[in-house]
Order: sequence, then C-alpha cells, then structure tokens
Amino acid sequence: MTSGEISDQEVDARYRKLDREAEEGGYHLNPDADFTRNLVRGLLVNEKRFGYPACPCRLSSGTRDDDRDIICPCDYRDPDLNEYGTCYCALYVSGEMLAGKGPVVSIPERRPPRSERKKGGMQTGKVALPTMSYPVWRCRVCGYLCAREAPPLICPVCKATKDRFERFL
Amino acid sequence: MKMEYIPGKKKGTVTLYALSTCGWCAKTKALLKELGVEHSYVYVDLLQGDELEQAIRMVERFNPHGSFPTLVIDEKKVIIGFREQEIREALG
Repeated sequence: MTSGEISDQEVDARYRKLDREAEEGGYHLNPDADFTRNLVRGLLVNEKRFGYPACPCRLSSGTRDDDRDIICPCDYRDPDLNEYGTCYCALYVSGEMLAGKGPVVSIPERRPPRSERKKGGMQTGKVALPTMSYPVWRCRVCGYLCAREAPPLICPVCKATKDRFERFL
Repeated sequence: MKMEYIPGKKKGTVTLYALSTCGWCAKTKALLKELGVEHSYVYVDLLQGDELEQAIRMVERFNPHGSFPTLVIDEKKVIIGFREQEIREALG
C-alpha cells in the first residue's frame, strides 16, 4: 500500500490543521474520526504523489493544471455542502450534519466528466471596467472577493492557493 | 488489467473499480467482504500508462462520469457510489 509511507503522526498533524482551519472558516470536518483520518491520509498520499493534495475520491491526472478544480478543498465542496450537507468525499460536512440532522451519504459527482472538462489555468479573460481602479478576484473554492492588483497567495477564508482565483471583474 | 480476486459466494461476475485513497470505495470494499461475495477489484489510481487508460475507459463505459466507486454486476447492473442498500439488495 502506498499509504504505508505516511506516518500516523503526519496524518494526525494534518488532521488537526485541517480541523482548525475548517472551524475558523465556518466549515466542519466529518465527525466520523476513522473515516476522516483515512481521507486525510489519502490527501497526504496524493500530496506525496503529485505535489498537491488532490481529492482522494477522484482520479487525478497528475498534472496540476488539469487537477486544479479537485485540489482539496475542491471547487465543488461548497455547492455540495449547500445541496447535500456534505462534500463529495464526506471530508467536509455542514453544521446540520454535524448536529446529526441527517445521514452523511455518498452523493453524485458534480465535476464534469473528462470529455467535458475545460483546461485549467487562471482565467483572466474579463476586462476590468474603466471606472474600477483595481480588478476583482474571486476564489473559486469559497467565493471570497478582493479588489487588488493580484489575488492573495493564500485565500484568507478557505486557504486555497493563488492559482484557484479567477478574475471576477 | 490485473485485478485482485476475492473468493466467496457466487452472485455473478462482480467487479469493483475503486481508488486506494477514497473513503466510499473503502466502505464499498468492506461491504462486499461483509456480504462474502466473490468479486474482483482494482485500484485504478495505482495503474499506469495503457493499463490506466484501459481501466478509465472501462469505468466510463459503465459510468460515463468516470467516478469511483463503480460496481459492475454481470456487465449489466451498475452501482455508482457507496449505495449500501442497493448493494445489499443486489448481492445480499
């Protein structure tokens, strides 16, 4: 097993970090600790394999540009939390699910099939309106908006990296 | 494509396409074990090159979304995701 290369200490450390960041941002990890630990291990396995924590429940291409939408937290987490109370992996769950208001179940895949996927890359196509002194950048993960010359290195809300931002205005 | 074979009760040709890192895949695999059903499984994320492409095409044939876990029974019935009740009804 490839997961054998990841120590329990590494898993615990990442689990604590993700849990802290989730709670700070108003998100919640799945309270099923064994299930969640396995997903965290999967994230670390993928980080080791590819250099980025690709979703453990989706097949990665191994190329960051093609996998950008599934780097955890993925572009689909928030719409899935809104609709189903859980992300695709069930690593993140809604407050209602955390309070035991529903079973966390396996949900349909929101990511388009590979034949319909667009090539990744930061979208900078939109032109800023002449009246705006700064372009507006949108985090594709959580929707955070900021008006500045370039997006932040790390999203202050959800910790997504700079390349997860798109030009919004 | 090399599959892992798990002996058990014969309920048809049961094939599980899974990822080694995925939580719902692990649950599906554990359920098949609990039910004691003869089956084969493959961790598609551990394949490379032609074998990988061949496995992806096979999954897409049964499940156009190409998602995991995909459970195929007798090349006809396809159960996508960890649908516990559906799996129990089909194989229990």
